[in-house]
Amino acid sequence: MTTPETASTPMVRAERVCKDFGALKVLKGVTLEVDRGQVLVLVGPSGSGKSTFLRCINHLENVTAGRLYVDGELVGYREGHDKLFEMAPRDAAKQRRDIGMVFQHFNLFPHRTALDNIVEAPIHVKKVKKAAALERARDLLNQVGLSDKAEAYPAQLSGGQQQRVAIARALAMDPKLMLFDEPTSALDPELVGEVLNVMKKLAGEGMTMVVVTHEMGFAREVADELVFMDGGVIVENGPPRDVLGNPQHDRTKAFLSKVM
Amino acid sequence: MGADESTPAPIDAVPLRHPWRWVGATVILVLFGLFLYGAATNPAYGWSTYRDYLFNDRILLGVVNTLQLTVYSMVLGIVLGVMVSVMRLSPNPVFRSVSWVYLWVFRGTPIYVQLVFWGLIPVIYQNVQLGVPFGPSLFHMNLQALSIPFLLSVLGLGLNEAAYMAEIVRAGITSVPEGQSEASTALGMSWTMTMRRTVLPQAMRVIIPPTGNEVISMLKTTSLVTAVPYSYDLFSISMREIAARTFEPVPMLMVAATWYLLATSILMVGQYYLERYFSRGSSRTLTSKQLEALAKAQTDAGHV
Repeated sequence: MTTPETASTPMVRAERVCKDFGALKVLKGVTLEVDRGQVLVLVGPSGSGKSTFLRCINHLENVTAGRLYVDGELVGYREGHDKLFEMAPRDAAKQRRDIGMVFQHFNLFPHRTALDNIVEAPIHVKKVKKAAALERARDLLNQVGLSDKAEAYPAQLSGGQQQRVAIARALAMDPKLMLFDEPTSALDPELVGEVLNVMKKLAGEGMTMVVVTHEMGFAREVADELVFMDGGVIVENGPPRDVLGNPQHDRTKAFLSKVM
Repeated sequence: MGADESTPAPIDAVPLRHPWRWVGATVILVLFGLFLYGAATNPAYGWSTYRDYLFNDRILLGVVNTLQLTVYSMVLGIVLGVMVSVMRLSPNPVFRSVSWVYLWVFRGTPIYVQLVFWGLIPVIYQNVQLGVPFGPSLFHMNLQALSIPFLLSVLGLGLNEAAYMAEIVRAGITSVPEGQSEASTALGMSWTMTMRRTVLPQAMRVIIPPTGNEVISMLKTTSLVTAVPYSYDLFSISMREIAARTFEPVPMLMVAATWYLLATSILMVGQYYLERYFSRGSSRTLTSKQLEALAKAQTDAGHV
């Protein structure tokens, strides 16, 4: 699937990543790797730091200790001889372009139609020609099963439809990595399936994904690796079958018994 | 599921009666009629003078000047106000401090004092020179030789307005949920582009109604430019120029009021359309076009 030389660099490499907000330590040394084409699912109780870790990957939050690399490139900082230099906002924005993110509350632009939401970043950030961007956007809407909703405003769409537009919007930038921050937590139970199906299809097409979710069924079916976090550290990780079927730690057992 | 035969008949209820509304409306109409009759027959109103001067050339000149003052100073106020408020919210501490001081000075002193000050600018700064400090001068202008009260009025009104607009714009910007700028950032947009393409357009919905108020208020505040002194706006011409000569202030006040009222009415119509434009996407309510399409789809499905 991938060439040997690119396969050697993982898409995401976290080395003892720490994040604190003042005195509050949210991440206390997270080390993990996500290979190309792999789907990593992060689970854990709220406050365990899984969303914060996700937000660190595209530098929405800055890492306070440790190193975080995406595609071999340090996130948010430039490496000097023996020092790190804070990255200029322009360069940080350039890094984010290749990383798609899907939010719990969709965060679609309410003043733009579904189609305009999707073409916004390609046209204005990537400077793609308008006609080409529109064609790609229609194609993406078709892929998420919403080709008839191109002209609808977000407020006229159901939660599931909005989230599918949000996924299409992220995909329009041709990301090499997709981050999902509890993409189905704000949805009616009936609508969760349609979003998960789009994500499954995406995983099947070989997209590298990091997913924070409480959908254990999705994790079991789609994840290559499952990570259980608590208190800002990784408690247990491995293939989902092992972690879900035969958890080793008491904390994992206690958590899984509540959510499954 | 429900077949046509079982569809119940539409409800045809007797509407609730509101007799007291009718009584109230009648009383108000009678009082208003009495007032109109009194005004029409009272010679102090000088209706013939009113008619003579309503379309007087000087009055029309005053109307045009007042509208120009309003438009120019509002444009200056809005542009500067957006800049000041964006600076106030920017991550750059230099911008933040500059805008704070600006607000402090221009909101903290009365507009009348500011206008008098602007009028005195040519006295304080008699010459404007552009050049290298302690070196040669590249550009030189004698302010006292110019007649610029109109310009100074626009400057005075506009700079004062900017301080108020900045607070209105800031309220609008902070009303946009944080997720919006987060989503824009995640798509690789810069801070400036996020402001321009995502935050400000959404803030407009909150910004426009109070801005409409500001425009209407500005139209009336222009009557203070006499402090500069500028004396060719509607109020100055009708009261200080004409009424002072004819000794009939009441009809001239009515003339001025008529034109002010007409201008604000036109502005209100403009505001309605602006609000409608910027509220698109803010409600689930479908447009009539979309409703039509849905109804059509429903009937089509029903026939199949």
